[in-house]
This record gives sequence, C-alpha cells and structure tokens, in this order.
Amino acid sequence: MTFLIYLINGISLGSVYAIIALGYTMVYGIAKMLNFAHGDIIMVGGYISYFAACSFGLPPIAAVFVAIIGCTVLGILIERLAYRPLREAQSLAVLITAIGVSYFLQNGALQLWTSNPKVYNSLVTLQPVSLFNGQLVISGETIMTIAVCIVIMVVLTLLIKHTKLGKAMRAVSEDKGAAQLMGINVNFTISMTFAIGSALAAVAGVLLCSAYPTLTPTTGSMPGIKAFTAAVFGGIGSIPGAFLGGILLGIIEKLSQAYISTQLSDAIVFAVLIIVLSVRPTGLLGKAQREKV
Amino acid sequence: MKKAMSLVLALVMVFALCSTAFADDAIKLGAIGPITGGAAIYGQAVKNAAEIAVEEVNALGGLQFELKYEDDAHDAEQSVNAYGTLMDWGMQILVGPVTSTPAAAVAPEAEADGVFTLTPSASSPSVCTNTTHVFQMCFADPNQGIGSADYIADNKLSDAIAIIYNNGDAYSTGIYEKFVEEAAVKGLNIVYTGTFTDDSATDFSTQITAAQNAGADLFYLPIYYTPISLIMAQAAAMNYQVKYFGVDGMDGILTLEGFDTALAEGAYLLTPFSADKDDELTKNFVAKYEEKFGEVPTQFAADAYDCVYAIYNLCTATGVTADMECDEMGDTLTAAFTNGFTFSGLTGDNMTWAPTGEVSKDPMAVIIENGAYVSAK
Repeated sequence: MTFLIYLINGISLGSVYAIIALGYTMVYGIAKMLNFAHGDIIMVGGYISYFAACSFGLPPIAAVFVAIIGCTVLGILIERLAYRPLREAQSLAVLITAIGVSYFLQNGALQLWTSNPKVYNSLVTLQPVSLFNGQLVISGETIMTIAVCIVIMVVLTLLIKHTKLGKAMRAVSEDKGAAQLMGINVNFTISMTFAIGSALAAVAGVLLCSAYPTLTPTTGSMPGIKAFTAAVFGGIGSIPGAFLGGILLGIIEKLSQAYISTQLSDAIVFAVLIIVLSVRPTGLLGKAQREKV
Repeated sequence: MKKAMSLVLALVMVFALCSTAFADDAIKLGAIGPITGGAAIYGQAVKNAAEIAVEEVNALGGLQFELKYEDDAHDAEQSVNAYGTLMDWGMQILVGPVTSTPAAAVAPEAEADGVFTLTPSASSPSVCTNTTHVFQMCFADPNQGIGSADYIADNKLSDAIAIIYNNGDAYSTGIYEKFVEEAAVKGLNIVYTGTFTDDSATDFSTQITAAQNAGADLFYLPIYYTPISLIMAQAAAMNYQVKYFGVDGMDGILTLEGFDTALAEGAYLLTPFSADKDDELTKNFVAKYEEKFGEVPTQFAADAYDCVYAIYNLCTATGVTADMECDEMGDTLTAAFTNGFTFSGLTGDNMTWAPTGEVSKDPMAVIIENGAYVSAK
C-alpha cells in the first residue's frame, strides 16, 4: 500500500514534468533549438493566470485562456526579437541567447512582481479520487494533468502528421534551405512552433502552480531543467518520449527519495539518465539518426 | 587687524575644544544596519526601535545617549565604511550591525578598537567567534535548535517527531544538528528525518507520506516560511492531522500573500518576541511604535529596543562616563557584561551573556490562533 502511495506521488510529479517536457521537445523537434526560456514562460503563465483568477476574479477556464493568449504573444515576441536575428548563426549562440532570455524573464518578473511568494489557489476543480477507503488519494490536479498530457500528445501528433502546417514543420525540421526553396515560409513556420510551444507552457504553468501552489519568479526554472532532462531521457524530439520520460523521471525521483535517501534522490535520477543515455544515446524513444558528414 | 583676527580664531578654537571635551556629556551610541537594499525592513525596524529607546532613556534624566545611525545596505564593505564614519564621529558603543554578513566583517574592527558591540539580530555564530567585545541580543542559530528541543520536551508536545530540513542551507542545517543533539539528551523520539534543497522545495509528498507511516505527530521544521506553507498544504490535502513546530524562519507565514492561514492554525513557532504579549513593557513598546511608525513592531525592533536598554543598565551599573575613551569603556563594559549581568526585556527574561558573545535566554514560543500569534504557555 505504501509503495502504491509513493508510486502515485511519483506519477503526480512526473505528469508535471511530462507536460513541460512536451513543450521542450516540440520546439526542439522542429526548430532544432533548446529553448531554455521555456521554464520561465511557464512562470509567466503562472503569474498571468494568478492575476486573472485572483485579482480579476475570472472563472478558471477564462483564466487559463488569458494565460494561453498572454504566453503565446510573449513566445512570438521572444522568437521575433531574440531568436530570429540569429537564424543563420551557429547553434551555440542561440543557446546562450536562450539562457539570456531566461534570466531576462526571471529578473523582469522580480521587478514586476517582487520575490515575495504568492500562494496560488488551484484552478483545477476536479475532486480527488479516494481508493481503498481513503488510504490512497489521487488529487484532482494529478488526474487533470495526465488527461491534459494525453490530449496534448494526441493533438500534437495529429497536427504534425496530418495538417498543412504540420507538413511544413516537418519539412523545416529536416532542411530549412530546401523547405524555403519549396515555397515554405520558414520564419512563419518557426514562429508558429514557438506560439504553440508557449501556449503549452501556459497550460503547464497553470497545472504546475495548481499542484505546487507557491509562485515566485524562479518557480519555472528547476521544473524546467528537470523536464528538459525528462525530454532527453525519453528521446528529445519525440512526443510520446517526452511523456514517458517525464512520468519515469517522477517515479524514479520519488521512489529513491522514499526507499534510498532524500539527500541522494537527484543524484540517483541523473545516474539513471547517464546509464540510459550510454545504452541508448538518443533516449528511450528517440530515433537513431545518422549524422551526414 | 591680522593679530585681532588670529586672537578671535584662537578663542573660537579654545571654545570649540571645550565644547567637545566638556560640554558634551552624552555617551555616543553608533548603530549600523541596512535602510536601503533588500534587507531594508530589518535595518529600518532596528533604527525605529533604537530611536524610541534612546528617547525614553534620555527622558529619564540620568545617563544621556546620543544615537547616530549609518546605512550599510546589507553589504560587508559598506558596513566597514559605516563603522569608520562612526569612529570618526567619536562612537563609544556600537549597536549592530543588523545582519550577519556585515556583522562578521565589522566585528574584527570593533574588536581591534576595543569597542563594546551588541548586535540586535546578527544571529550567525561567526559574528562573535574570536572576539571578546562582541555580543548578540538574538538567539544564535544553533541555540534555536537547543531551545526548541527543550521546549518540546518540557511541554511534552510530542511522542514522535518528524523533521524536514533544508540540507543545502547553513541556517537550517545548523539548527537541525543542534536539535538532534539536544533531543537525544532530552529523550525525544525522532521517527523520521527528511531533507530537501532549494531545487526540490516544491514537492514534499514523499517526506510527508514517510513521516505519516512512521507515526509522527509533530513536524519540526527549522526552515523558512515558504516551504513550510507548501508542507502544510500538502499534508492537509492528504488528510494528515499533525502539529507543526517552527523557528524564527517561520515568522512571516501569516503575511504570505494568498496563504490560507487556517492551515497554520495551532502551529507553534519559536520567536524571541510576540507583539501581543500582555505585560506592561510589551504593551507600552507596541503602542509607541504603532503611534510613531504606523505598524506592528517585529522581532528585529524588539531586539534593538532591548539592546539600548541593556546598554543603559550596563552603563548605569558600571558607572561609565561620557568622557571615557572607547576602548577603556569597552573593557569595563565587557568585564561587567559577562560577569553576573542579567537583563530582562521584551525578548526574554533573565538573559545572561557568555564570554563567547552568545546570549542565554529562554525560548519564547507563540502559537497561531485565529490567524494571529498568541503567546504559548
């Protein structure tokens, strides 16, 4: 029974990692860049929904939509101002810029909203499910997060496989130059990728803050890094891989906290990552790619 | 004309010398703390309370104090500069610095000059190691651990204690280690110990589940109020009824924006000062502070108020006078301070000081009732 409780705790945490990892993997898979500011867009999404729900008294669904719109605009702006000028630059320059954007957002939030933590009232109205006479409680947030994860996975897969935009995205991902020659608007396609990625970040922000209700300007950074690890673990660029990686990472973290040591849990998580990557360098569900020289 | 001029100037000089040497009979109290920057609320509270205390002391008509306050912006270098400014002014006794890092930088300077130094709130043990003239009014960090173990044992609050602390933080770890030592002495039963770091300070479900399985009926939390608020919320979501016991880092939880104070109902916390205490001294101080500055005084203000009064009592007892050099005064005060001097004030009764600089006082516990601190008995 105790094991089951720990397992559920792990899945709760993992589902939050998974939903953040989906955004990472989606942007990486198409734009081929690591958007390290993803975690901070999540934080902004948290703040927007916090103010929408608490200060303006909007109903939860409306607050989520306001956050999605706010983050989408922010994502497009960041792409336009910070990443597009570097489209032809080497990938290291873009990576460093992404880290810069991450700090910019964190410090901007510090200025705007100060470092005083805000307590977030959960926007998830789902009732918790009790099993085995209340010995096992699965929170509404966990159920909602997993359900939203699955919906996002299905929608993203459909979008990429079966729409015109998705086809363009796949083309851009394979070869930007050739895609442009074929008449695909590369800049628009990448902008759309960031818009979708940022909308996912807003949803992740709402769910993250609902599950762990303290909101500070650094709220997004550590979950962002863990989720990035989860995306690599599952195979970066693979959408089901991000989900699997997130859930597994959460379970490993919680079980090692429970049965081995709370002090060593992070070390164990990363040791598992190293082992998996040394056996399968592209992650659990990653496609083996041959590098053309 | 020239002669007359020089005569006048000479007279002016003589007069000026006289006025500094003889006309001025107030003891010069210097104070250092941040009134700008991130820790400004602490320094401002100390400044406000020290002003009140000096005003009261001077109104008594006996020994007179003159107070000069310098800003250090919670920065070690600026603090040392502020110390220099005060020494040039002729400081004889130092109240401060308010925060630990600047205090640790200023302490060796004060020691070299032999200035008697009493910091209201710099709680790190590093402030008064290797010094003989530097003392603390607040609990040193490790002593909070001992104080809380004693309080839990003496009041029989718990049969099974779970501890969750931040092993990436010197403050939290220091208190934890002393708590465990003292708990062993007092025969307290610790059933679970869990840790976290700033990076994993969001999800406490594993620690709470493990503590619940171990049968804990009290959580000892030597950590800051933000993770405490999460632990309370997560335990409540699991329908786990448990008592909470925090230290001074928990102070602030009730003013956390959006926090449901019902979660903290019945929680104990160790703090040197509670503004609702029902004695004359506290009531008088709180009323004066509210009237003058429009807010309820914090523990920092109370510590500063006590500092000025402890210094006043000490000066009266030793009979030091304003014309003494600062090092001569420092030696006299230090000798008396560690030798049978006791002080009762806002933050404790019958406090005494060890030559190491640490204060010994009984911990004051408050309990949260209806969203406010109430002194626990």
